[in-house]
Amino acid sequence: MSESGARVLWQRRLLLAVLLTPALLWLLVLIILPHIDLALLSFRERIAPRVYAPSLTQYRTFFAEPLYWRVFVRTAVLSALATALTLLVAFPVAWIIAKVARDRASSLLFVVCLIPFWVSETVRALGWLILLRESGVLPALLVRLGITAVPVELLYHDATILVGLVYTSLLFMVVPLVSSLQSLDNSLIEAAYNLGGNGWAILRRIIIPHAAPGITAGCIVVFMLTLGNYLTPNLLGGKNSQWFTELIYTQFIVRFNWEQGAAFGFLLLALSTGMVALGLRLSGQRFVDVMRRS
Amino acid sequence: MIATLPRPAWLRAATALYLGAFLLFLFVPLVVVAVFAFNDAPYPAPPWHGFTLDWFLGNAGSGRVGLLRDSELLGSIGTSVVVACWVTALSLIVGTANAFLMERYQFPGKQLLSVLMLVPLVIPGVILGISILALCSRIADLAESLLGLNLDFMRPGLVLVVLGQFSYIATIATLMVSARLKRFDRTLEEAALNLGASHAAVLRTITFPYLRPALIGAAAISFLMSFENFNTTLMLVGANPPLTVLMYGRMREGASPVLNAVSLFLMLASALLAFTLMRGGRRGAAPAAAAGA
Repeated sequence: MSESGARVLWQRRLLLAVLLTPALLWLLVLIILPHIDLALLSFRERIAPRVYAPSLTQYRTFFAEPLYWRVFVRTAVLSALATALTLLVAFPVAWIIAKVARDRASSLLFVVCLIPFWVSETVRALGWLILLRESGVLPALLVRLGITAVPVELLYHDATILVGLVYTSLLFMVVPLVSSLQSLDNSLIEAAYNLGGNGWAILRRIIIPHAAPGITAGCIVVFMLTLGNYLTPNLLGGKNSQWFTELIYTQFIVRFNWEQGAAFGFLLLALSTGMVALGLRLSGQRFVDVMRRS
Repeated sequence: MIATLPRPAWLRAATALYLGAFLLFLFVPLVVVAVFAFNDAPYPAPPWHGFTLDWFLGNAGSGRVGLLRDSELLGSIGTSVVVACWVTALSLIVGTANAFLMERYQFPGKQLLSVLMLVPLVIPGVILGISILALCSRIADLAESLLGLNLDFMRPGLVLVVLGQFSYIATIATLMVSARLKRFDRTLEEAALNLGASHAAVLRTITFPYLRPALIGAAAISFLMSFENFNTTLMLVGANPPLTVLMYGRMREGASPVLNAVSLFLMLASALLAFTLMRGGRRGAAPAAAAGA
């Protein structure tokens, strides 16, 4: 009996090892080691061909060179703005899906909202390019309507980048918002209404507090994705986009200055992680729960 | 306000107006892409010059190379499919192993591991790309200078693209399979074991059939996310660009309507995939993870 018990235990150990191996390999080889290496890379400096010394030069350059930190701050601010706009655009539609529309209409609307996001971001950016460029659809329409005399260039503005980013991010806001609003009991709203609460008070004191986890989850994900986006700012903003990921790309791929690129990468990672942590802190949620929800 | 409460007329009107504007915002960019795939003009721009299929069928003789004759584009679609198949297979295997590991076993460090498994989702794709690029290239350099080995697969190219995409898609597969395994009624397995079934037979006839929908969903999402990935791929790409990277390059040079044609193809393909999945009755869980991060 005890011998077979030992065998079962041994088998279980073996299975555990078999199941642990892929997870450890994946995380160690593709996540942990590359980031350690990136950190080492960012803390060194080339002092002669093939000779490197530990240094903080890469980070010093970032703070000393106004172009770099301005682009960094700009990326952060525009990302925050894009996140806020996404929330504003997505909240009403999430509300309609969760509370206003009846069963069938609600699921239909939800599916319709998801459709564009099954299509590659490249395709979506192409759509905006065709719509907004000087020879594009919208400028032509504006001329036809007599609003502008000649076609205007609608690309390459900050506002264009924001439109593109909001468009790309909507899904990641709508899904967590809908799920958090669906769990709100309608009778709470009815009770508040019967007690004389107006729409604004109900929104502020009942709906928003209840939806807070969904709002946070959506904002965290959207901010992170926006900050790390390359395609949309690059294509819609052109030379004016000045997105921080473009600096990373330039250092790594164009200039082959990996030390500087690694430092930029870490700064972006720090900002992204910092905002995620801040969001979790403010809403008192756990990382694991938020990620599961979104 | 909610359906059971009185809604003033202006609120109803505002709701309808908002919804209309929202749907317009959502679909106009896609419709425009589709429409200009059929415009008889060398650029995807108004005015409308009439209907043509040149951007699908045209050959070099007509001065317009259509999608079906554009070997570079077709080749990149092939590349994307190969990459996506690898990423899907790897993510499914690792995701399923992770799900069993996290749902069925207790071991020291489990909490830490469960957090670590989610981390790839909060690392920007560009950084996943450069970190893997840097590590692999440095190892390859080292191997070359110390051992004289030529580790070409560690250089930018499809192997690195697969690894880069897999590094975060594995998390998504893990989450999707775990979510279903968590709801599994273990007494079913115990009953089968009591009745004399072997562990392998239980897995084959009970556990895996139960997990099937999640496995199919995870496979579809992994494939789609790999196919559409841009940020990570851009950093790791070598001589054979997958479709998204090639399209990006061409869009920067100035778009030709053949890009609209390939986009239309992509839309139809993902619509088909989405439709098939939703028919499978997994609304919500599957699409939630969609779109190119």
